Amino acid sequence: MSKYQVSETGLYGRYGGAWIPEMLYPNVENLRKCYLRILESDEFKKEYTGLLKDYVGRPTPLTYSSKLSALYNAHIYLKREDLAHTGAHKINNAIGQVIMAKMMGKTRIIAETGAGQHGVATATACALLDMKCVVYMGALDIERQAPNVARMKMLGAEVVAATSGNCTLKDATNEALRDWMSNPEDTFYVIGSVVGPHPYPDLVARFQSVISEETRRQVTEQTGKNLPDWIIACIGGGSNAAGSFYHFLDDESVRLVAVEAAGLGLDSGETAATIARGTEGIIHGSRTMLMQTDDGQITEPYSISAGLDYPGVGPLHAFLAEVGRAQVLSATDQEALDAAKLLTRSEGIIPALESAHALAALPKLKFGKDDVVVVTVSGRGDKDMQTYMNRLM
Amino acid sequence: MKMNRIDDIFSKKDGLLSIYFTAGYPRIDDTTAVLKALDKAGIDMVEIGMPFSDPLADGPVIQKSSLEALKNGMCIKTLMKQLDGIRKDVNCALLLMGYINPVMHYGMEKFVNDCVARGIDGVILPDLPWEVYIAEYKALFEKAGLHFVPLIAPQTPDERIRKIDSEARGFIYMVASPGTTGNIKTTEDYRTRYFERIRALGLRNKLMIGFGVKDAAGYRHACAHANGAIIGTAFVNHLRDNGADEASIASFVKNIKA
Repeated sequence: MSKYQVSETGLYGRYGGAWIPEMLYPNVENLRKCYLRILESDEFKKEYTGLLKDYVGRPTPLTYSSKLSALYNAHIYLKREDLAHTGAHKINNAIGQVIMAKMMGKTRIIAETGAGQHGVATATACALLDMKCVVYMGALDIERQAPNVARMKMLGAEVVAATSGNCTLKDATNEALRDWMSNPEDTFYVIGSVVGPHPYPDLVARFQSVISEETRRQVTEQTGKNLPDWIIACIGGGSNAAGSFYHFLDDESVRLVAVEAAGLGLDSGETAATIARGTEGIIHGSRTMLMQTDDGQITEPYSISAGLDYPGVGPLHAFLAEVGRAQVLSATDQEALDAAKLLTRSEGIIPALESAHALAALPKLKFGKDDVVVVTVSGRGDKDMQTYMNRLM
Repeated sequence: MKMNRIDDIFSKKDGLLSIYFTAGYPRIDDTTAVLKALDKAGIDMVEIGMPFSDPLADGPVIQKSSLEALKNGMCIKTLMKQLDGIRKDVNCALLLMGYINPVMHYGMEKFVNDCVARGIDGVILPDLPWEVYIAEYKALFEKAGLHFVPLIAPQTPDERIRKIDSEARGFIYMVASPGTTGNIKTTEDYRTRYFERIRALGLRNKLMIGFGVKDAAGYRHACAHANGAIIGTAFVNHLRDNGADEASIASFVKNIKA
């Protein structure tokens, strides 16, 4: 077994685990016991792979960027998760978990969302698969992300404002966990990133691993090389990075680069670069790196990108960074905005602000001229047009 | 080693009343005043809440009191200072209740030692899973004579309850209803069936019922099925409205026991 896989007790090195109140224990334990069996069942595989192909539109293309390649003097490819249905990689996981919930006999789905991408993906899966859907979203985010709130409502989801704490993603996650405690029988919690108590980080990583499964095949087909030399992905909680890295973890020649949101700068006090500036602690059931005070109170991170301003990071990533398997960089708001503009003008692809952070790492790395570099474009930028117009036009 | 006050009190009486409040609330310096008033009012046991930014198991009332207390500057270090010498004035059993992250930052060993030095009898940390406690901290707590009190909930399987019971000290905290503190969505009939199922297990530990017990009727119902009850949210609401006033705290307690 790979040394980068989760242990039976949910650990990546010393990170991870399931630090949850007893009220959540039966549900989480039940999921832990059955998730691998369901994932490997023919019934699940048939429905999931069928929907990924015919509904989500997978495989997503691996697009060669001649202009970025010329600029950075390497072979730059873009893994186009922006072309997946609903406009981001989040759907890969949401559909998987909702099918799983159905197979477990659950009738009600809850989810948390920050920018709204995971909420939209979950609401979409629930509309398709006829499940009742409740999405928790910070009251502040509901104001900031009106178009995604409207999408969720049109899809039939109930959007509940989280009014505790700072009214953002962290608080929405708390509210979703509280809901699950209150409704332990009929409800399944669809977590949107590789965070939370075991088995969620592993479950979500497996659903997102379709990204690297396809990339591996596409790189061989399109470049003739067996493996790419670099994989670059942005990282908040870390779901698209986990999916982009997954099938390359054991190929140590493939350099994995995770790009955090530096916000106004790593040392500005306004940052979401959790691995670079956080400390070890426990958040939402998992031991990992997180942003907190000296007294262990969790603080609110900052990034221009609502999908990256989570105070924790998936335990897999804390581990990959610690053992040196992944290189962790960061990009500021401005660097991300510039990278978004560059991609838009050179290739006609408007990336999500999150994905723009991954693109912003390109000038920071030293490539060989024959290197094959894959950057995951985790989502499209439609949801960020207001910010782009304010900052770039 | 002298007897832990929690064991002592259970050996003498039944139908215990325990009150929870958030340290440093409504004002930072109210902690000891509230403790003294509760002790004077004849409370058997007090759970002193250590505020946390993300209190997962708590409903809106205790969440708000925690945020207020944090804004007031409360932290474990300050709380330990406030509790220094508390045993000169307070005789009831005392527990600290909170979440694992701030305690880990404080340092578990230092935390246990500081609790013992101040005469704290037990600790409740809902998000420290029982398995982790057993593997990593049980020896530390037992050596110090400090009880780590586990929670069980309506969905906890019997087999797991028996396992917890076999190693628990002090008492078992029975969460009355699925959900967070202060929110009861189940019927009294549902709770009665759950309480009776637990009683039929014949556990070796004493049982205290909490989450959603808010008045004299709830206290009586809990006492009919267990060794006592814990009231938190209702008391935090009372503090919010009346402050740490001794007479009003006495009247709150009197109304519960009525």
